[in-house]
Amino acid sequence: MYRRDRPLLLRSCPAALYNNLCVLPLPASGLAQFALVHGSNCELLSAVPSGLPLSQRLLHAKEGAGLNLPLITQAYWCVLPFRVLLVLTSQRGIQIYESDGSVMVYWHALDSSDAPPAQALFARGIAASGHYICVGTWSGRVLVFDVPAKGPNIMLSEELNEHRVPVTDIAAEPAQGQDCVADVVTADDSGLLCVWKSGPEFKLLTRISGFGIPCPSVQLWQGSVAAGFGDGQIRIFEASSGALHVQINAHARSISALDLAPEAGKLLSGAEDSFVHIWKLSRNPDSGCIEVEHCHAECVTDTLVCGARFCDPKGSSFAVTGYDLSEILRYSCV
Amino acid sequence: MSVRTLPLLFLNLGGEMLYILDQRLRAQNIPADKARKDEWTEVDRKRVMNDITSTMFNKKFLGELFKPQELYSKKALRTVYDRLAHASIMRLNQGSMDKLYDLMTMAFKYQVLLCPRPKDVLLVTFNHLDAIKDFIRDSPLIVKQVDETFQKLIEVYGCLSAGEFQLIRQTLLIFFQDMHIRVSIFLKDKVQNSNGRFVLPTSGPVPWGTDVPGLIRMFNNKGEEVKRVEFKYGGNYVSAKSEGSFDLYGDRGLTLGTNMYSMSQPVETHVSEAPKNLPLNTSKASPAPNPLAKEELNFLARLMGGMEIKKTSGPEPGFRLNLFTTDEEEEHAALTRPEELSYQVINIQAAQDQQRNEELSRIMGEFEVHDQPPQNTSKGDDLLAMMDEL
Repeated sequence: MYRRDRPLLLRSCPAALYNNLCVLPLPASGLAQFALVHGSNCELLSAVPSGLPLSQRLLHAKEGAGLNLPLITQAYWCVLPFRVLLVLTSQRGIQIYESDGSVMVYWHALDSSDAPPAQALFARGIAASGHYICVGTWSGRVLVFDVPAKGPNIMLSEELNEHRVPVTDIAAEPAQGQDCVADVVTADDSGLLCVWKSGPEFKLLTRISGFGIPCPSVQLWQGSVAAGFGDGQIRIFEASSGALHVQINAHARSISALDLAPEAGKLLSGAEDSFVHIWKLSRNPDSGCIEVEHCHAECVTDTLVCGARFCDPKGSSFAVTGYDLSEILRYSCV
Repeated sequence: MSVRTLPLLFLNLGGEMLYILDQRLRAQNIPADKARKDEWTEVDRKRVMNDITSTMFNKKFLGELFKPQELYSKKALRTVYDRLAHASIMRLNQGSMDKLYDLMTMAFKYQVLLCPRPKDVLLVTFNHLDAIKDFIRDSPLIVKQVDETFQKLIEVYGCLSAGEFQLIRQTLLIFFQDMHIRVSIFLKDKVQNSNGRFVLPTSGPVPWGTDVPGLIRMFNNKGEEVKRVEFKYGGNYVSAKSEGSFDLYGDRGLTLGTNMYSMSQPVETHVSEAPKNLPLNTSKASPAPNPLAKEELNFLARLMGGMEIKKTSGPEPGFRLNLFTTDEEEEHAALTRPEELSYQVINIQAAQDQQRNEELSRIMGEFEVHDQPPQNTSKGDDLLAMMDEL
């Protein structure tokens, strides 16, 4: 059972975008950093469990040409082997900061030359695998950046051209060391999922076709892909084969965020129907298939949930953001 | 974000504006044989509805509107509606215009928020256009204008994917962010809370194409279903009955976007600010002094260049419409309106110095019609007494 803790007050309300909350647990016990986006701003704050914010910072998407301030689409902390970087995606491009947002170390402008006139330009979907950062774009192209252990010398190393419509989300999982283990999954507006093995050259392992329903959020856990869809369903696939193992009629509106607590195999889903659910994933010892059990339902009254994340790898606490809601709601196990 | 948002925003807000004006003009109607020269009659109402509708659906104007473009600021859009509301013989002062715009925006924010699927925002738009067609059904030329817009909507939006509609919805919600104005008709219907946020129902039909939550199905490696588990999801949903019609005519299958100001109900359009303990960030949201001004002015010039406004100066006095119970209340509302919510056309005036755009100067010239002729024995005055509580 989870109980609501003291909320964290925000300076601005989160925008109604997919995955609009990122949590970075800090080494000090119980301390965590939160990032969310609102218009052309990204708000960062760190807080202790009592709910008192320790520091707050606003970042702006001011890079790039044009007078209109670009809207930020997502903020995400990429945990790399030797460093943690904060990545912001916007209508203009990709900004990469030191994890506290103090210094911008890299800027990549979106290429608009081949865009049709009625196309909205943006980057969206961020994940880190090894020393690579993957970022999705409006065209479906996924940009892969090679990040050095320190310094600003970040290089665009590869472009993945498997998606034809805007990328929605990307997830990664540390590889288990074997060959050909899926460690990155990319999702798009048509619901197509592509499963990759990361490396100096990314290798496409599986394509799981969609049904024209967007896949706003995706997660990877022990070789399984958990995907949340616009029709409120969660589907869990075997990453290597693309076989469907579980289908959950989970929400009555579009899912806006999924998160995984890897140590406990818990899955968190938040949706526009104002509900947040927690699921327990496990592998059936006999068949090897993934099975799911419903653990907890939480109604965030009158809130269009736009972000939901676990605050620790065991999944004993989680945080939720909502459109027009000027606080981060926090829940913890009792 | 989505560059396909402006037509939907404009048409739906315009539809809400027409609902409010129609209702208010009907409430003030005096039978023609009894009306003095400055009192509203059925003929006047029809004229106002026709003038505004034909301006709103002007071909050149809509041509500009449908060009792919980003959304501009609330101020810029507000300017467009100021002008549209004054496209006929009716005059609104600052206080009434503020109130009208608040009601329009909160109504459409509600509709976008409650839309079952992102795509259904198109059905909401069709509901508005269906109602507008009914308002002006005696004027075949204007009906034709509306039908052409229908066709254009079907042509442009009919082929968009669910993902593109979701982007449109997200763009609209960003536009409406931080607006928490309380509207009495919503409070009374219990669809808005006292903090200005809307009630999201957790019961009723799920969107078309969505299953009722509560079921987990598991499959083996051969794709055979091996297990079914039900779970308690906390809501009380039922299946969707049918999908609404996306054609020119038909049952839209949802009430969002239909006229909620029906004549049988007393006029209930009171608006008030949300309690102050909520952080209202409207002013903070724009840190820069507004580098957009020029871009925005160009946009307005292009857009409003397409609006053909009949000059109403001359012997005929403009009729005044008040959205408050009394004139005093109206003045008070204008004075007490929080700074961040007043939309004065100041940045438009700034451009007068620049004289860089003839078209714009012309538009601004016409804006001065605002400052009513002083021989103001307006039709509104006596009628105010007859109006119910606003």
